[in-house]
Formats: sequence, C-alpha cells, structure tokens
Amino acid sequence: MGASEALTDPSSLYNVGNNDLSDTETVLNVRNALASVQNALLKALSGSVACIDVNHHRRILSGIFGMSLWDHKPHVMDSLMDLIISLAATSGKYLDNCLNMLIRHFVPPPWVIDRLWQGRVIEQKQHVLSRVHGALLKISLLVPLAPSRLLPMLAHQLPKINKKDQVVVIYVENLLKLENSSIGQVGGGMIFMMVMERLRDLDLEIDWDDILQDDSNRGMFDMELEDAMNEGDELPVGSLNQDTSGGKIESLDKLMVTCFDHLESCNLHGRLDQVFEKLFDSFENFILNTYKSKVSQFLMFYACSLDPENCGVKFGSKLLDIFLSSNKPRPTRQVSLSPLWMSAVAYLASYLARGKFLPISYVASMLKRLVDECADYCRICNDDIRPEAHQLFYSGCQAIMYVLCFRMRSILDVPRFRSELIPLESILMHKLNPLMVCLPSVVAEFLRQAKAGGLFVVSDSFIFEDLLESELSRAFGGCERLDTFFPFDPCLLKSSNSNISGNFIYWSMVRPTYDKDDDEEDDDDAEIIVNGDEESDEEDEGDLDYALNKMSITPKHSFKNNMERERLMKMPSMIRPSTSPESL
Amino acid sequence: MEGLKLTNAELLVYIHPSKSGNKLKAICRELSSLLFQYDEIFDGVLLAFDVTVKSKGAKILAGLNPYFGVKVEASLLLFNPKPNSLVEGKIVKISPETIHVIVLGFSAAVVTDIDIREEFKYRMRNGEDCFVSSSHKRHVLKVGTMLRLQVESFDEEVMHIAGSLLPANTGCVKWLEKQSEEALHMDRDDHKRRKIA
Repeated sequence: MGASEALTDPSSLYNVGNNDLSDTETVLNVRNALASVQNALLKALSGSVACIDVNHHRRILSGIFGMSLWDHKPHVMDSLMDLIISLAATSGKYLDNCLNMLIRHFVPPPWVIDRLWQGRVIEQKQHVLSRVHGALLKISLLVPLAPSRLLPMLAHQLPKINKKDQVVVIYVENLLKLENSSIGQVGGGMIFMMVMERLRDLDLEIDWDDILQDDSNRGMFDMELEDAMNEGDELPVGSLNQDTSGGKIESLDKLMVTCFDHLESCNLHGRLDQVFEKLFDSFENFILNTYKSKVSQFLMFYACSLDPENCGVKFGSKLLDIFLSSNKPRPTRQVSLSPLWMSAVAYLASYLARGKFLPISYVASMLKRLVDECADYCRICNDDIRPEAHQLFYSGCQAIMYVLCFRMRSILDVPRFRSELIPLESILMHKLNPLMVCLPSVVAEFLRQAKAGGLFVVSDSFIFEDLLESELSRAFGGCERLDTFFPFDPCLLKSSNSNISGNFIYWSMVRPTYDKDDDEEDDDDAEIIVNGDEESDEEDEGDLDYALNKMSITPKHSFKNNMERERLMKMPSMIRPSTSPESL
Repeated sequence: MEGLKLTNAELLVYIHPSKSGNKLKAICRELSSLLFQYDEIFDGVLLAFDVTVKSKGAKILAGLNPYFGVKVEASLLLFNPKPNSLVEGKIVKISPETIHVIVLGFSAAVVTDIDIREEFKYRMRNGEDCFVSSSHKRHVLKVGTMLRLQVESFDEEVMHIAGSLLPANTGCVKWLEKQSEEALHMDRDDHKRRKIA
C-alpha cells in the first residue's frame, strides 16, 4: 500500500534537502504520502468494520461520516465508498448514517456550483456522483430494505427553494437518476411525487402577474404571446427578461428541462409507459388540484407527446374518467373547494385542443363521450336555475365548445365525426342555457365557427344577445374561476417551451371554419386588424361591433358599458391567473 | 429453516367511516401497513397475512371521527429468528472479512471472519471470491450459494441478522443435506449389517 511504501522508502521523504528535487516535487511527494496514508487508513477500516463499536469509536465514525467525496481524489473516493458500503451492510446501526452521508453528496459544495462551467469541476462532479450512485445501488443489493429507508431521507434532504442557487436542479437530477435505477423500481412513485411537489411549489412561488404586464385588451383568441416568442423578437409585453422573481424562473425552467430529459431517456429505454402511471399519480396529487400552476403541467404534455399512442391516449382517458366519476367520491387529497373533476375536464379540454400529436379520431371520440354525458345530464337534470347547481353540465359544455374552437374544421371534415356531434344542438338549446352561462369568449368563437361551418343553425338571437355577461360563468366557475381555467395555454418559459412548441397548437395555427386572414404567415398586427374589420363589414351588420372587439389587439373598441369593460378586464387570457382576487 | 412461524390471531381493526364501502380492502390496507416491520405484539416481523371477517356487526367508537372496529380472524406468517436458531439465505457478496447473505429476500445477514470457523479459508478461484473448507474440498461457499447460518443477533429495526458459521451444522445447504443423506444411508447399511450379524 501507498503508506507503507512511503514509510519503507524514506528516500522520497528525505529528499527534502536534496538539491536535485525542486520544492514543488517535494511538496508533491509529501502530499502523496499523506494521501496514501489516508487511503490506507480507509482501506484498513473497511476490513475491520465488524470491530468498530458505535459507542467507543464515535469520533472515528463521525469523522468518516463527515467526509465528503467532493474534496478528494478518485482513489480516495473509492476507498471511502468501500468503507461506507461495508459499514452499511455489516451492521444495521450505521445504515441510516451511511445513507444520509451519501445523499448529502447530491448537493455539491458552493465552490462547485459557482464553477459548474469549468471542465475540471464537471469531471469532479462526474467522479463523485457516479460513485455515490454506485454505492447506493450496492448497498441496496446487500441490504434489501435500504431503498425504503432511503426514500424518506431523500425527501428530507430535498433543498428548500433557494433564490440564488440552482442546487434544487442538481438534486432533482440525481433523484431522477435514482428513479432510473433499480431503486426506482421500489421508490419511483415517491420520487416523482417529490419532484412534482417541488415543481408545483416553485411554480406557485413565482408571481406570474408581476413578470408579465397585463394586456387586458387582449382576447383569448387573439395572437398569443408565443407567436412573438417564436419569432425571437423582443417580447411585446414587459419582460421575461427582467427577472424579478430572483432566479426562480430560471430554476423552474432548468428543472422542467431536466425532467423533460429524463422522460425522453425513459422513452428511449422503453419504460415511459411504466413511468407514466407514477407520473400521472403525482400529477393527480399535486397539480390537478392546483389551479395557479402555469408550467408544471407541461410535464404531462411532454410525456404524452413522446408517446401519443399510449401515454397520450391514457392521459385523456384518465382525465375523462375522473370527470365521469364525478358522482363517486375520490380518495385523492382535495385541497380546494371546487371538485377535482372540474379541474379534470378543464385539463381535458385544454389538452385535446392543444395536443398537436393527438389524432383527430381520438379527439372526436373524447368529444363524443363528453357530448353523451351532457346529453344524459339534460335528460335527468332538476329544475334548479342556479348555475352552481349544474357545474357538471356547464363545464362539460364549455369543454366541448373550447375544443371545437380549435378543432372544428378537422372534425367537420369527416362525416362520421360530424354526425357524432348532432346531439350538441339540443344540448346547447336546452333550458339550462349553456350558451348564456359558459364563458362568453369561448361561446362567441364557437358559435361563429359553428355557423360558418354549418354545424347547426343558431338562431340569430344568440349572436345579438348580450354575450358579454360574465357573472353567470363566474357563478358556475366557482371561487377558483374554473370557467377561465385553461391549463395548457402556451408555456411561458423559454427553454421548456422549445421542447413543447413542436407539439403544440397555437391559436395562430388554427384554421377556423370562417376565413381568418394570414393564419399561417407571421405578420404585422395592424394588417390583421384592418383586414378583420373589413371582412366583417361584408358579413352581418350586427357582427361588426362584435368582430371589432374580437380581432383588435389595440383598443379600437370602447369601453362602452360597464359589462363589456368587466368582461375585458377579466379576459381569460393566459396572462391572467385563473383565480380572481376574491377567491381564497 | 427456523424462525418462521404461522400463528392465528384475533384482531380488532378500526376503520375510518369513509371506507365503510369496502371493509375488506380497508382491513387489508391496515394490515399491509404492518408488513416487513417488527411488531412487539406479534413478536416477529409480519411477512404475510390472510384475513377473514368474523362479525357482521362492528362497534363504533365514540369520538370526533366515528371509527368502527371490525373483528377479524387472521393467520399471520411471522419471522423472528431467535439467537442460536438456524436460518438460510443466499450469499450475495464475499470478501476476505465478511460474507453477506440475504435471507427470505428481505433481511440482510452478515457473517464476519471472526464468526467463521477455522475450517473455512478465503480463496480467490477463477476471479471469484469464495470460502473453501480445508477438510472437505467440495464444501465451497461462493456468491449464489444457499447458506445455512446460526443467528447471533437480530436487529429488528433494519431486519439485520448477525450470523455465525461456527457450529458444525452450518455451511452450504446443498452440501450439508448431501452429507446427512449419506450418513443416513450408512446408518441403514450399518443397521442391516448388524441385523444380519
């Protein structure tokens, strides 16, 4: 061993005074000798683990557990890891300490975090983390119950949301690496729960209102923010550049990308299907009942886009099941006043509308089931006229209409799908009056397309009727404003969005049944306004005002009356969060 | 293998009112939460259970949440290796100082070199670590061998067994069984010889 060599061959040490050796070489020799002593000590300890007593050798033990791989060279790391594995496997008393010590390495020291761009540091990170993961796996092989003890510790050591550091990102990277290993077979579900919870917490911490200036004049179906982002220009609104959230946006963005990468590697290894179940469970527990998250839900979107036939279909079906089982109590933790199924149907609608990878047949089949459910409700409903009493019905109708706003043309192109929508007319004409109660902007767009597409003939009275009333929609939406909840509105984070945008349907990409100008080309806003106005001039007179309101981005309309102003102020654009101030 | 026992128990399981729709599932859930943990009352680690609901009625507890208690009869498989009992497990790792064994797939057992009898010497054969008996060349302990060991102590919290290979009846299970079979044959032959004679 190194130590004994150094001692038996004193020449290397005694060459201090020799003029042939320079000072640096001497220092190097002494250093090597000391390092090899340390190494030898660790190796010797590995061999005598059985003789270590937890009480008598407390100092040695605390010294060992206090060591950090980050400070050492690879060969010392190896010896230390061997020692830790021996300690963990040989006696139950040290198992927890060993596991804790290993998990601590998931958080690199500050000097590593500050220099993550340096090659040398990256190499050291690779050395350390590969050994830590290797040790964890070996311990779990020798002590089968180790993973179940490991998981609570992982949760405990998960770093709190820290403004400056991106420590959370590195920790989550390691968690996901564990998920990929044999430990993940046992604890994968819990790992996803931890990650999802952290994503959600970070998401909620960010004040999205603050970051983006409100453009209250913008309607829901107007040019979306993402079109500007995709052009790479300066964002028309304030500043995702000016990061007032103190690094949290960047952290969240990086976390999302880390998760995306992990999902992609799961897909490459063919385990996405298996992972998806656990992913959905954690989504259901943490995200589905949270209405203010803007970004975290895209994890599901991305997973579905990777594997549309399996995961994509499963996601929609599971959401639909939650909605359809609304009369049965669900065991999931409910933290809000609104029922879970309302959120589920909002997710379903947004998903069906935005998922580019979803085959139209699937969208049609989902729509059919929604239509059938609403039709059934119509038959058996009671006479209560309050919107709150019929939330199921209104949210279902609004979901159908929202999806059709995006998919009307493709659905109507196929006669079979078109015929499945026949009950829709009677549903919308029902005494419960969904066209009055559902969100006006959605209803308006839907009716416009329905008329143009010849889906059914809507009596003109509807178009002229005062659709600007939003009190009714607010009533059915509840205090969490689930009537304005469109969870898959464009993702606001740059790197995450670049992963999503290829599979995402932006409103500008939609070809509605009426003629929308320049829908594919990117262009000046002014032209859209002008052309839009001219077009609508040719159409029904009564439509003019309405069309003006819809198509303009700059405030060409006037705040004619209080109700319109109210509607516009409360536009369900993605910029505004879904909860109104009066809520919890 | 010693240390395993099957017991019958009469239990009273308290269930939350929301679970009254499916009592059996709730009961199984309650009992499952005790699996692979040492329970003082049962005096052992619960490995498996089988329940039947005994009573039709149940007593409702007074209190904020009206839990109700269902009487069940359960047969429980318990594991409690007492000191000096014998257990068997598969060797997963051998080093000059230790032999690591996994018992019943969940319990880690370790035999350290001080508890290995003189007979066994550590050797490296074909790149594989193993312990070979000096008196019986065929008696080899290597990774994958089923090992019978004597329990020195059992740590209930982590299900860790400290074992010993000192007694003569410990070692590779296959070899030991073969030995005892041969001994039986020899006995029978002896007996026959004595009878004839």
